[in-house]
Amino acid sequence: MGQFFVFIKKEFYHIFRDRWTMIILLILPVIMLTLFGFAITTEVKNTKLGVFDPSKDIATRSIIQRLQANEYFILKKFISNPDRIEDEFQRGEVGLIIVFPEKFYENLLHTGEGQIQLITDGSDPNNAITLTNYATNIVASYQQELNKTAVIPYQIVPEIKLLYNPRLKGAYNFVPGIMGMILMLICAMMTSVAIAREKEKGTMELLLVSPMKPLVVILSKVVPYFFVSIINLATILLLSVYVLEVPVTGSLFWLIIISLIYIFLSLALGILISSLVNSQVVALLISGAVLMMPVLLLSGMIFPVESMPYLLQLLSNAVPARWFIMAIKKLMIKGLDVTSIYKELIILGSMAFFFIVVSLKTFKNRL
Amino acid sequence: MQVIEAENLTKRFGKFTAVDSISFDVKEGEIFGFLGANGAGKTTAMRMLCGLIKPTSGQGIVAGYDIKKQSENVKANIGYMSQRFSIYEDLKVWENLRLFAGIYGIPNRKINDRIDELLKRLGFESEKDTLVKSLPLGWKQKLAFLVAIVHEPKVVFLDEPTGGVDPASRRQFWELIYEATDRGITVFVTTHYMEEAEYCNRVSIMVDGRIEAMDSPRNLKNKFEAESMDEVFHKLARKSTRTGD
Amino acid sequence: MLKYLIEKEFKQIIRNKFLPKMIIVFPVIVLLVLPFAANFEIKNINLSILDNSHSTYSLRLINKVVSSGYFRTTNISDNYSDALKSVELDKSDIILEIPAGFEKEIINDKITKVMISANTVNGTKGGLGSAYLSGIIYDFSNEIKNKIAVTGKRPDLNFEIVTQYRHNPNLKYSNFMVPALMVMMLGIICGFLPALNIVNEKENGTIEQMNVTPVKKFQFILSKLIPYWVIGFIVLNNTFLIAWLVYDLTPAGSLLTIYTIASVFVLSYSGFGLVISNYAKTIQQAMFMMFFFQITFILISGLYTPINSMPQWAQFISQFSPLKYLIISMRSVYLKGSNLSQLLTPFISLIGFAVFFNTWAVISYRKKGN
Repeated sequence: MGQFFVFIKKEFYHIFRDRWTMIILLILPVIMLTLFGFAITTEVKNTKLGVFDPSKDIATRSIIQRLQANEYFILKKFISNPDRIEDEFQRGEVGLIIVFPEKFYENLLHTGEGQIQLITDGSDPNNAITLTNYATNIVASYQQELNKTAVIPYQIVPEIKLLYNPRLKGAYNFVPGIMGMILMLICAMMTSVAIAREKEKGTMELLLVSPMKPLVVILSKVVPYFFVSIINLATILLLSVYVLEVPVTGSLFWLIIISLIYIFLSLALGILISSLVNSQVVALLISGAVLMMPVLLLSGMIFPVESMPYLLQLLSNAVPARWFIMAIKKLMIKGLDVTSIYKELIILGSMAFFFIVVSLKTFKNRL
Repeated sequence: MQVIEAENLTKRFGKFTAVDSISFDVKEGEIFGFLGANGAGKTTAMRMLCGLIKPTSGQGIVAGYDIKKQSENVKANIGYMSQRFSIYEDLKVWENLRLFAGIYGIPNRKINDRIDELLKRLGFESEKDTLVKSLPLGWKQKLAFLVAIVHEPKVVFLDEPTGGVDPASRRQFWELIYEATDRGITVFVTTHYMEEAEYCNRVSIMVDGRIEAMDSPRNLKNKFEAESMDEVFHKLARKSTRTGD
Repeated sequence: MLKYLIEKEFKQIIRNKFLPKMIIVFPVIVLLVLPFAANFEIKNINLSILDNSHSTYSLRLINKVVSSGYFRTTNISDNYSDALKSVELDKSDIILEIPAGFEKEIINDKITKVMISANTVNGTKGGLGSAYLSGIIYDFSNEIKNKIAVTGKRPDLNFEIVTQYRHNPNLKYSNFMVPALMVMMLGIICGFLPALNIVNEKENGTIEQMNVTPVKKFQFILSKLIPYWVIGFIVLNNTFLIAWLVYDLTPAGSLLTIYTIASVFVLSYSGFGLVISNYAKTIQQAMFMMFFFQITFILISGLYTPINSMPQWAQFISQFSPLKYLIISMRSVYLKGSNLSQLLTPFISLIGFAVFFNTWAVISYRKKGN
C-alpha cells in the first residue's frame, strides 16, 4: 500500500509540474460553460436588414421603423437598385431584404391591397424561416393597426407554458452536455495518452518488471485524473448554479453518484485504448475519433437525438454520454428523483462494469 | 591547428553551475575523450560547443567559428550524435543518410554515391532498405555515427555513443571512429566506460563542472600512479560533492 | 535542402500506420454522418394530447396537428399530471391541452384558448416546437373563419406578403451544414497534425539532430507546413466529392475561389498548429492546447449558431477564429455563388492570419536553448 501512494505521488508530480496542461485542465470547463452559456444561442437576433423602398411614403416608413425598433433587425442599408440585391446577399452584407413596390401607400388606399416582398438568405434555413416569421408578424401588426375598426373573427388563442426553462436559456441544455464532454476528455483521453506515453518511452516496462502488480501501476496512473475530474465536476456545478443560474433542482447525491459511475466508465475506456495502442499520437487520434466526436454529435448535447435518422439513433444508444446527459438533465433541471433515472443508472452501471473488466483483461494480456 | 578552443566556458542554470569555467584545446585529427560521472557537466559542455545552448560566459571557437556569434556556421562544419538515440526510426537506413546529406548541402548527384560508400564501409549494404526501428541498438548507433559524418565534418561530437551495448559492439564502433580520424575528422567523445578512455589520444576528466585533469591516458596513469584509467577516475571522482542525476 | 526535408515529412506521414487512413477516411465518415446528426431541423416532436373537449372541433384540430408532419402523438392523457409525467419521462416534449368548453366557446364567443406546455430543457426544440404548434392552431382558426364565417368582414386594408428564400429555395438544412463541415474537417486535420508534429520530434529526440544541422528556421517550418498544405487539398477534394455524390451539392460559384481562399486558410491554421507544437513540451500538452483552441474556434465560428445573435464580447472573439472566415466564404461560394472580389474581407483576414501565425512559428521554433 505504501508503494501505491509513492506511485500516486509521482503521477501527481508529473501532472502538476506541467503547468500549462494544468491551467487548461482547470479553465477549460470555465471557458466552455461561458461560451455555451452566454455566447452560443440559437436565437436569431441582430439580423442586418436591407430595404428597397421606391415609395418612401408614410406606410413604408412606419413598417421600416417597426422592423428597426425590434431587437431582431438592424437596419443596415437602403438599396437604390433592385439589381443590387443579389450582390448584397453574395457579399453577406444583409440577411433580409424588404422590397416595397412603387406608390405603396397610394395603391393601398385605392385598391385596399399592398404587396410586400420579403427576400431572405435561405442558406441557413432555420434562420430564414424565423426571420420571415418575425418580419411577417411585424408587418401584420401594422396591418392590424391600420384596420383597428375591423373585427377579426374566430380566434383560438394558444396559451404557451414553457416547462423547466421558461427563459429558453441555452445553458439548460448545454450544462449536462459539457459535463459529459469534459469528464470524457479528462478521464479517457488524458489517461490513454498518459499511459501510451509511458509505453512509447519504454518506462512502462520498467514499472512492470518492478515488484508492483500491474493493476497497481495502472491505478496509480489513473488516480490523479480521477481527482482532476472531481475538481472539474465541482467547478462545473458551482459555475452553473451561481453564474449561469442553472439550478440543481433534483437530488445532488444521485447526481454525484451517476457522475462517479460515468467517470469510472471513462477511465476504463482510457485504459482500454491505451492498452491497444503503442503511441501517443494514435491513442490521441483514436480517443478523439471514437470517444470525443460521438460525445459531441450523438449524445444529444447539441443536436436532439430524436431528429436524427433511425440508424444514428440506434448508434447513439451505445454512446455512454447520451445516458449520462439524460440522467443529468432529469436530476438537475427537471428536478426528478432517483426513480426516474433507474434506466440510465442500470445502463451506465453495466457499461462501466463491462469496460472495467475488459480493460483490465486486455491490459493484462497485452503486457 | 586547433579545431576546438574553449576558454573559461561556463554554463549556469539559475543558481546551479553545470559547467564551471572550463578551458581546453583539441587539435586536428585528435580523439579527445571527455570523461566524467553522470551529472558532471559533460553533455552541457558538449551542447554549448555544438551551438545547441548558449554559454553563460566564456569563449569557444569550433572549426574556426565563434560558438556564440556564428553558431550556424559551427553547425555546418560539425557532426553530432546525441546521447539519446535521435535519428528517424520511421525512415529507412538510406533515407536517413539521404536526408542529412541533403540538409548539409551535398549535391544531389553525389548523394547516392556517398550513401553507398558509407554503407559499404559499415558492411551494411544489405540493410539499406531496412526501417531503422527494426535494427538492433548497436547498429542504430553505428548508423547514427554515419549520419553525423555524412558531410565529412571537421569535427564530430559523440555523446556517450556506445551506451547500453555489449563490449564487442563497442569495439566495432571504435573501429569506425579510428577510420574517421584516418580521414582527418577530429573526434570529441564523452563516455563513462573507462576502457574506452584508453583508446583516446587525450582525455579530460570532469568533476562537478570543472576539468580536474587533462592529458594522454598514459601520462595520467603515471601522474596518479594508477594501473588503469578506471583507477585514475576513481581517485578524482572521490572529490565529487554532486550526486549523479 | 528544403526538398530533402519535405521528402522526409511525406515519407513519415505515408509510413505511419494510422495517419493516411485517417486523412482519407475520417472526413468522409464525418461528412456522411454529421449532416444527419447535426440537424437543427426539428422533426418528430413527441406530443401528449389532453383533450377535455372530445368534440368535433377538438378532433379536427388534433387531426390537423398530427397530419402536419412535425408531431407524433406518443401519449393521450385524461389529466394534466399524467401528461406531465410523460414529459418528465421524456416520452413527450409538448402537451396540447384542449379545454372542456372548446367547441362551445368557438361557436358562441368566437374566441377560445388552448394550452401548450413545452419542455424547454432544450430551448431550441421547445421554443420551435411550440411556435410550430401555435402556427398550426392559427391556421386552424383561419380555416374555420373561412368555412363558417359568412358574416366575417374582410379587413379593409390587406397586405399581401410574398416571401422568397434565395440561394436555398427548398430550405435544405444539409446545404447549410455541409460546406461548413468541410471547413471543420479541414481545420481539425490541418490543425491537429502539425500541432503534434514538432512536439513528437521533441519527444523522440530527433529534433536534436535537426538543431545541430545548419538548417534555417524558416526552412524547417516551411518543410512542416507544405505537407499539410498538400493534405489540405486532398481533404478538400474528398469533401467536394462527398458533397456532390451524397448531398447533390456543387458550388454555385467557382471552385477556384474556394481553392484560393482555402489554401490560405490551411496555411494559417497549420501555422497556428506549429506555434502550439513549438511551445508544447509533450504531446499531451500539445493535444490539450489544440483541443482547447479548436473547440473555442469551432463554437464561435458560426458553424452551428449565428454569430449575429452572440453578445458583443463573443462576436469580438469570433473575429479571431480563422474558421469563421472560411466558413463564411465556403457557404457564400457554394450557395450564393459569390466571387473572390465579394469575399475580400475574409480572404484578406486569412492572409493576415497566415502571415502572423507562420512568422510566429518561425520565431518560436528554438534551435538554441538557453
